[in-house]
Amino acid sequence: MLNKVNREIPDDILKDKNYKPFETTEIGNPETTYVAHNVKVTQGDDKLVDSIPDVIAKTGLKNGMTISFHHHFREGDFVFNMVMQEIINEGFQDLTLAPSSLTNVMNDMVIKAIKAGTISHITSSGMRGSLGDFISHGGLKDPVVLRSHGNRARSIENGDIKIDVAFLGVPNADAVGNANAIHGDAVFGSMGYSLMDAKYADKVVLLTDTIMPYPNTPASIKQTQVDYVVKVPKVGDPDKIGSGATRFTKDPKELKIAEMVNQVITHSPYFKDGFSFQTGSGGAALAVSRYLRKSMIQKNIKASFALGGITKPTVDLLEEGLVDKILDVQDFDKGAAASMANNENQQEIDSSWYADPYNKGAAVNQLDVCILSALEIDTKFNVNVMTGSDGVLRGAIGGHQDAANAKLTIISAPLVRGRIATVVPDVTTVVTPGDSIDVLVTEVGIAINPKRKDLIAALKNVPGVPVYTIEELQKRAEAIVGKPEKLQFTDRPVALIEYRDGSLIDTVYQVKD
Amino acid sequence: MEIKHTALAGTLESSDIQFTLSKGTGVEINLNSQVEKQFGKQIRKVITDLLAEYDIKNVTVRAVDKGALDCTIKARLIAAIQRATDTQNQPNWEVLG
Repeated sequence: MLNKVNREIPDDILKDKNYKPFETTEIGNPETTYVAHNVKVTQGDDKLVDSIPDVIAKTGLKNGMTISFHHHFREGDFVFNMVMQEIINEGFQDLTLAPSSLTNVMNDMVIKAIKAGTISHITSSGMRGSLGDFISHGGLKDPVVLRSHGNRARSIENGDIKIDVAFLGVPNADAVGNANAIHGDAVFGSMGYSLMDAKYADKVVLLTDTIMPYPNTPASIKQTQVDYVVKVPKVGDPDKIGSGATRFTKDPKELKIAEMVNQVITHSPYFKDGFSFQTGSGGAALAVSRYLRKSMIQKNIKASFALGGITKPTVDLLEEGLVDKILDVQDFDKGAAASMANNENQQEIDSSWYADPYNKGAAVNQLDVCILSALEIDTKFNVNVMTGSDGVLRGAIGGHQDAANAKLTIISAPLVRGRIATVVPDVTTVVTPGDSIDVLVTEVGIAINPKRKDLIAALKNVPGVPVYTIEELQKRAEAIVGKPEKLQFTDRPVALIEYRDGSLIDTVYQVKD
Repeated sequence: MEIKHTALAGTLESSDIQFTLSKGTGVEINLNSQVEKQFGKQIRKVITDLLAEYDIKNVTVRAVDKGALDCTIKARLIAAIQRATDTQNQPNWEVLG
């Protein structure tokens, strides 16, 4: 059947997997029940385990179970490959892999585990590179389930994802499992996503290269949650966890977009003392923080909080007193990760607090302004951040659907990238529905969602910010690059895109080559 | 027009296309494009049309495309044709016009 963003959702998937088609971005006030998890009572004295094989045996891992990991080490992760290799070696079959996301450094191991029959189901925020290619070419029989960070939290709480064993790498821990990510060699700052696993998995295993004296504080993961602690030689490569110093883009196109984004923000009704924002990590988004800083100083406006994945430029605003608090679920660079140890106003939050649609109110619901990126955006303002111009999986939902809840959601994107139009008649894959998107900013001008009459009035006469309809921008892009041929897919689904409430918003099919 | 020797134009930078023309029998086009799925046919059409305008009937074209626009594809191919036919100093104004 067709869902509310006009995507054909196969009836057998709706039936077999008990899905509802996507209806609305309004969450409302449904009642839900959180699941409990098993606890094997201990006094905490014998948690230290010598090796990964030993700990796998102790957890009681069995064929068909669900295992989880986090992706906070990003491209510097050693833990995933270490553990997964051992699980393959021991011949486990038919496991569900449920990490917070998958980074490139994990790709080859995941493919190996699929080929060995060790992994038969995957749920993730996204995937790219060789793994995205493998899955898009039909490498896994069961479609991958893709969820936003908020939706993963929701799914863990209500049991859609029931984690049997969580393998969580941490830069430090004491012998009973108190751990944080702000000290040690491989610091990554906020432990945001992994906190859900620590809270809800039946068995929680910490892997660390640095054992601290008891009690190890501040404790983000607590001894009450942890079954085993394993010392490994090295949990990650600090140089690859986050880029070092964040460099501002010099790309004139990105700078122009950033300047225009800033104009949109500062001319919106939300730019007043105590406003809040989320910027993300793209080149243009980072540059926005520089323009925004100038505008905040000029107008004597301070922000009450900055949210989300955090970068050094945002921490600089905190230290300068322009931002009161940072709510930090993840750190994108070393500066942001390192500052967590020093700034008490840089608050670590878990992904439920950050973005979960099914709790008693998440931080994204308090957010005024949010800047997000897009691989594609269509004339209905629907956004694709998942499939590339060739139809292959190469992205992650991340917090896109969640943060798009902000009162002013801005998509910053170039009109075209090389020969590929960004503004298109219909996106290849709908990830975030157009109902959540308020303004598109490109280097030639902006388009405002027609339902936001207030913003159309507020932004119609801003110097240097030409306003177009999104259809005009789409035609302009097409005039530059030409009309592409339609991508060819088979009728076999390879990935299911959930909306943040767990309904099905789109299906990704195997590509035809 | 005859291809006199192998000639090259363009770079492998993004949004550019690199052509290598060499002697051949009939027109043979080897295209390697990042946007093959969306624009492969269109790129081949631009190349074929332009070769016909220059009346080149025997050539092997190797093209490595990094997402170039049609105007770039034409400009690079014209440069390669002029180099391969030693006509840099006698541009074909009818085609260029």
